[in-house]
Amino acid sequence: MAEAAALVAESLAGYRARAARAVLEQVVLPGEELLLPGQEDGEGPGSAGERPLRLNAGARSGGRVVCGPGLRRCGDRLLVTKCGRLRHKEPGSGNGGGVYWVDSQQKRYVPVKGDHVIGIVTAKSGDIFKVDVGGSEPASLSYLSFEGATKRNRPNVQVGDLIYGQFVVANKDMEPEMVCIDSCGRANGMGVIGQDGLLFKVTLGLIRRLLAPDCEILQEVGKLYPLEIVFGMNGRIWVKAKTIQQTLILANILEACEHMTADQRKQIFSRLAES
Amino acid sequence: MERVMQTETKIRAESGIESGPRGPGCSLRNFACEQNLLSRPDGSASFLQGDTSVLAGVYGPAEVKVSKEIFNKATLEVTLRPKIGLPGVAEKSRERLIRNTCEAVVLGALHPRTSITVVLQVVSDAGSLLACCLNAACMALVDAGVPMRALFCGVTCALDSDGTLLLDPTAKQEKEARAVLTFALDSVERKLLMSTTKGLYSDAELQQCLAAAQAASQHVFRFYRESLQRRYSKS
Repeated sequence: MAEAAALVAESLAGYRARAARAVLEQVVLPGEELLLPGQEDGEGPGSAGERPLRLNAGARSGGRVVCGPGLRRCGDRLLVTKCGRLRHKEPGSGNGGGVYWVDSQQKRYVPVKGDHVIGIVTAKSGDIFKVDVGGSEPASLSYLSFEGATKRNRPNVQVGDLIYGQFVVANKDMEPEMVCIDSCGRANGMGVIGQDGLLFKVTLGLIRRLLAPDCEILQEVGKLYPLEIVFGMNGRIWVKAKTIQQTLILANILEACEHMTADQRKQIFSRLAES
Repeated sequence: MERVMQTETKIRAESGIESGPRGPGCSLRNFACEQNLLSRPDGSASFLQGDTSVLAGVYGPAEVKVSKEIFNKATLEVTLRPKIGLPGVAEKSRERLIRNTCEAVVLGALHPRTSITVVLQVVSDAGSLLACCLNAACMALVDAGVPMRALFCGVTCALDSDGTLLLDPTAKQEKEARAVLTFALDSVERKLLMSTTKGLYSDAELQQCLAAAQAASQHVFRFYRESLQRRYSKS
């Protein structure tokens, strides 16, 4: 009975916001509200309207906090919109309060400005190419956005080619636009991806893990066979090794890395290195 | 991933006079949920309540036909397929109820001119079907990473001829009941998102059913939290 009464009280009390610092590295669910540091004291059901006035109301102890993927600002709190682990990164230069974001597992890509992605050319219409990047609409790529391209010297891009480029315009209201040069006009690795090789799709979380600094998986894969590999933030990986069989083995390993633990991975690598 | 909830307190509610123990009668059946089981959709989930089982798949935010696009928010489409036969009028009305619930919760303004499609397949129906569909849809939307402002769940209540309130009724209990009420509740403040009712009941009984559903939703949300924590603890 006591448990039943406690349940009723818990269900009718509504939901109380928790401090973001207390929930770091834990799983958060959509709908939770998080308090930023500097708002934790004085929060409670009875304190609204009784907070003491401060002379320097603008300066908060944390400075400006950046709200990353999976979080939205709601009043002066953060509202969680995706399920995942809450992470925080301290600011490097000491200014601001750092970045908070939610690490979620997703398959669908949403274009973000500055991301490097692998796209497939689907149409050529006049001066622009339409490139499928896995989002809700195809991105547009102008023929002048390649290194050394001029009106007379057009790049050799056909329908069906793979392109590695970055977004210069990517927001919810406009069609995404990508380019294959950086701000200095150099290709820097971007452009049409060469012949052969294999393109396959993995989840976005795995790409982020593989692109993190000091990724063990990549180092081990590099020791196995000589290979060329391109990672797109839209979940696409292009890989090429000397023979087709090696390429397929590498593709299978990278796809399976999602679900394997470190020990299983080491076993598989040692077995492959022997054969 | 199974969770057994079997506290069998029933609430008696005679018209006007409440007698007996007041409190949440949590007679929900066993829950089970599995996520990310289909390879094609962006998110998928299978939800079991007792013997009722529904499989949900979510695609989105994806391309939308120009005739269906909305300039400032995502177009949400729900398709419900019955276990046998072609979808009929009953499925259409359930699709509309599920769509209205999802639209209240999904942050469509973040993805204008896109479509979010939820496809539900009834695997077995043993009572409380709409509630199970709502739970499966919510888990699939979370699995797909669609931004939402809260989670939601569905709870079904049945009132039988002598006023006994039964939560999560089986097919037999639904058929013999005088009224069957289904509520969709959100996770932040247990507010009512959608209600659909069939049968004869009084005003006071409606309030009691709603209160019982809000208490039962507690268990459903706790189950959501545990199963999502288990999923993220593997990585």
